[in-house]
Amino acid sequence: MSKVEKRNFLLTGFFFVLLMVGVWWAQNHLNAYLVRIFNTACIYVVAATAYNLVNGVTGQFSLGPNGFMAIGGYTVALLMLPLSQKQEVYFLQPLMWPFSAFSFPPSLFLLALVLGGLLASLVAICIGVPTLRLRGDYLAIATFGFGEIIIVLANNLIPLTNGALGIKGIPEYTNLWWTVNWAFWTVFALKNLVNSSFGRALKAIREDEVAAEAMGINLFRHKLLAFALSGFFAGVAGGLFVTLISTVSPTLFTFTMTFNLLIIIVLGGLGSLTGSTVTAILFAFLQEGLREVEAPHVIGSWTFPGIPGMRMVVFSAILVLLMIFYRRGLFGRRELSWQDFVNVWSRGRNVHGIS
Amino acid sequence: MSWTTFFQQLMNGISVGSLYALLAIGYTLVYGILGLINFAHSDVFMLGTYFAFFMIGVFLLPWWLSVVIGVGLCALVGMTIERVAYRPLRNAPRISALITAVGVSFFIENLGLVTVGARPKGFPRPELMKNVYFIAGARIQGVTFWVPLFSIAILLVLFYLVYRTKMGMAMRAVSRDMETTRLMGVNVDRIILYTFALGSALAGIGGVLWACKYPQINPLMGTFPGWKAFTAAVVGGIGNVVGAMIGGFIIGLAEILIVAFFPNLTGYRDAFVFALLILFLLVKPSGVMGETLKEKV
Repeated sequence: MSKVEKRNFLLTGFFFVLLMVGVWWAQNHLNAYLVRIFNTACIYVVAATAYNLVNGVTGQFSLGPNGFMAIGGYTVALLMLPLSQKQEVYFLQPLMWPFSAFSFPPSLFLLALVLGGLLASLVAICIGVPTLRLRGDYLAIATFGFGEIIIVLANNLIPLTNGALGIKGIPEYTNLWWTVNWAFWTVFALKNLVNSSFGRALKAIREDEVAAEAMGINLFRHKLLAFALSGFFAGVAGGLFVTLISTVSPTLFTFTMTFNLLIIIVLGGLGSLTGSTVTAILFAFLQEGLREVEAPHVIGSWTFPGIPGMRMVVFSAILVLLMIFYRRGLFGRRELSWQDFVNVWSRGRNVHGIS
Repeated sequence: MSWTTFFQQLMNGISVGSLYALLAIGYTLVYGILGLINFAHSDVFMLGTYFAFFMIGVFLLPWWLSVVIGVGLCALVGMTIERVAYRPLRNAPRISALITAVGVSFFIENLGLVTVGARPKGFPRPELMKNVYFIAGARIQGVTFWVPLFSIAILLVLFYLVYRTKMGMAMRAVSRDMETTRLMGVNVDRIILYTFALGSALAGIGGVLWACKYPQINPLMGTFPGWKAFTAAVVGGIGNVVGAMIGGFIIGLAEILIVAFFPNLTGYRDAFVFALLILFLLVKPSGVMGETLKEKV
């Protein structure tokens, strides 16, 4: 391990400890509303960085993360829902066999999340094998279509998903410990992956597929692996989300979810994981902040009625304006590294050994 | 299934197929020229019905005039979208243009939700569409009969425009090679604007005819017809006008007949078309009428 690597490793470790202390403090001192926003922010971090791996780093325009999140969400819901609650919720048609017979105890929450992620990843491979051979735009429609198919299935497979009514009363296991840890380890894993030879291959594919292939990169295998990995983390994010709000229904994972993630990765910079992380957190707060726009206002003698749904208008306008005037987003393709912090810290000083 | 029900369903399929064909041509025209999936196309389709709806309901104009104004406004909206959102990105990476298209589509949909609300509204149909005809013992609604006839008439006008006029020739030239066409002294920007106007007008007409068939309109009504029409364009071979028409009829007939033969699959109707799309991309990505393009290095 070189000196720089050792320093970065120590800084990362230190940061992690600091983060955990922060979580401990937040769980005890912050109000429930703020904790909820932080939880949502961390779930967005997991989903957005994973989405960026496909869209930003590999340059394959996918529109289906809502489908993967739905798969993870439903899997976790079905595994974790207590048996008594299962009987209560499925009054239209009884629940299908394997899920009606058992329910995970709270201690197996992590396993449920991982299983949800793995299932989403498996489906990602199934959808990726046929579609990833296609050129860019066709991938976009195929993945969009796939996401819609998942929602249609969720609406119609009533013995499994309870249809449009959804599943209520999922135990609220998700707390800051879970979300912050998942966010941290997701970014950590993806960052190491992007900096590996595998990640460089992905970037090569983004820049020029033909040239990358000529250099001996197996296009299909690399794209598929990135897609599957992205599916895994999207599934986990879906599972975390469902156990945070304790309910799941098809409307939760419509195209709006994909659209939110798209805004996050574009705003942060396509291809920048740190950009996605920062903007995911910003976005969670912005989403709450813009509720102000939707609330009624009285300015002077004028009364402005609240306009529900105004947030999405603002977000889509932001997206279009960003694409036209500020395509690189906040970070472009740059990643924030410890070196940047060290540079700021030691500005004007002579730093030995590390340049 | 008796012969008369089959005949009814067949007519129904043709009528839905003709609407998909109208929409699919809009996608294919834009894709042929810019190589861009115009995600906002399905929202222009939705706007067409609302424009007509408000002309009839609020301004109390006669039905035909409302539709003409609505279609004109659609063409205007299409040109605005091109001018404001797509032209600045003409030379940008494909992914940027695609994201912009998704953004524009989402913007129109949500603006619609905010301004007119999510609750579906009833679309006033002319008497002509409400009549019921009996053909060979089958009971055929006026819409099922008139919608494909109107659509086919409009398609004929379109073929004339694309294959017999100077502007149509310029459009085909731009879709072949934009740079060379520019060198020939053609104002490429104007041709692209014209293409958007034409495609959006078709979407507007499609929207009004769609609303005659399914007289419930809401701001998200364009999404599924839009995707199915795009699928139709792909199935027909994207960039090819005749192909888009054939694809539209294939998708419409397949969808209606599947539901007719397997009534318990009705809920999966929308999923089925996407499955068909993926299947088609696997087997013949260039579509029925498409030519295989060599990738340029």
